[in-house]
Amino acid sequence: MIPSKNEMIAAYEARHGKELQKKLSAATVAVCGLGGLGSNISIALSRAGIGKLILIDFDSVDISNLHRQQYKANQLGLPKTEALSSNLSEIAPYTALETHTVKITEENAADLLSGADIICEAFDNPRAKAMLANTVLERLPDKYYIAASGMAGIDSANTIKTRRLSKYFYICGDGVSEVGKSEGLFAARVMACAAHQAHTVIRILAGKFDV
Amino acid sequence: MVIINGEKTNSDGMTVEQFIKSSGYNTVFIAVELNEDIVPKADYASTVLKDGDVLEVVNFVGGG
Repeated sequence: MIPSKNEMIAAYEARHGKELQKKLSAATVAVCGLGGLGSNISIALSRAGIGKLILIDFDSVDISNLHRQQYKANQLGLPKTEALSSNLSEIAPYTALETHTVKITEENAADLLSGADIICEAFDNPRAKAMLANTVLERLPDKYYIAASGMAGIDSANTIKTRRLSKYFYICGDGVSEVGKSEGLFAARVMACAAHQAHTVIRILAGKFDV
Repeated sequence: MVIINGEKTNSDGMTVEQFIKSSGYNTVFIAVELNEDIVPKADYASTVLKDGDVLEVVNFVGGG
């Protein structure tokens, strides 16, 4: 039995407070890339009662994703946008979802992201990470932008941090642990980084801008 | 004195491009902020570092 929208909102308000929940419910957050970071960020934000998520990824669910990404074995081959929407709608049925099954480029980024209050970069590829940071900071300079860099391997989870580089630009991760130069990606450490990103979204919406 | 990634340096007079090249960064993996404003890649060669500047070079690594 799925609760009604009013029941869900009452449950959020009881835990987050009415005033903060109003801000969370009014917010639109874009998640760029729906892999280990993006799928976990999306789940944390939908659980927090964020009003709307813009979910963007060109890729489909692969067996190599299941060790860290929030998909199920029976979702192999589905576009990640579709599979994650399905999982999120079971967790938080009243979070509005806008999906784009496209590759984000310098050319389309501003159009795709202009409706978001806060943008989370959750790519795997460092070239794409740098491209989106440069594009958003140049073309959408009044959007909060939360990037990620360095969460591979089995180094301590305590080295994963959030830094605020400028008024609108935050970056999470240890800054150095690179896939290919360490033991690979582990769900828990990637989730720690995703949790930093999602928590930074919540703090910004609560008006707490420091780290 | 120019502060780069939190460290004091004597990079006054260098351009952003000269600093990046001499430090071994690959420009396709980085974003650069000067005094908390993004420096567009097209401006690296013409942006000269001066006393009191704070430069942050973010070098993105793979994984996500």
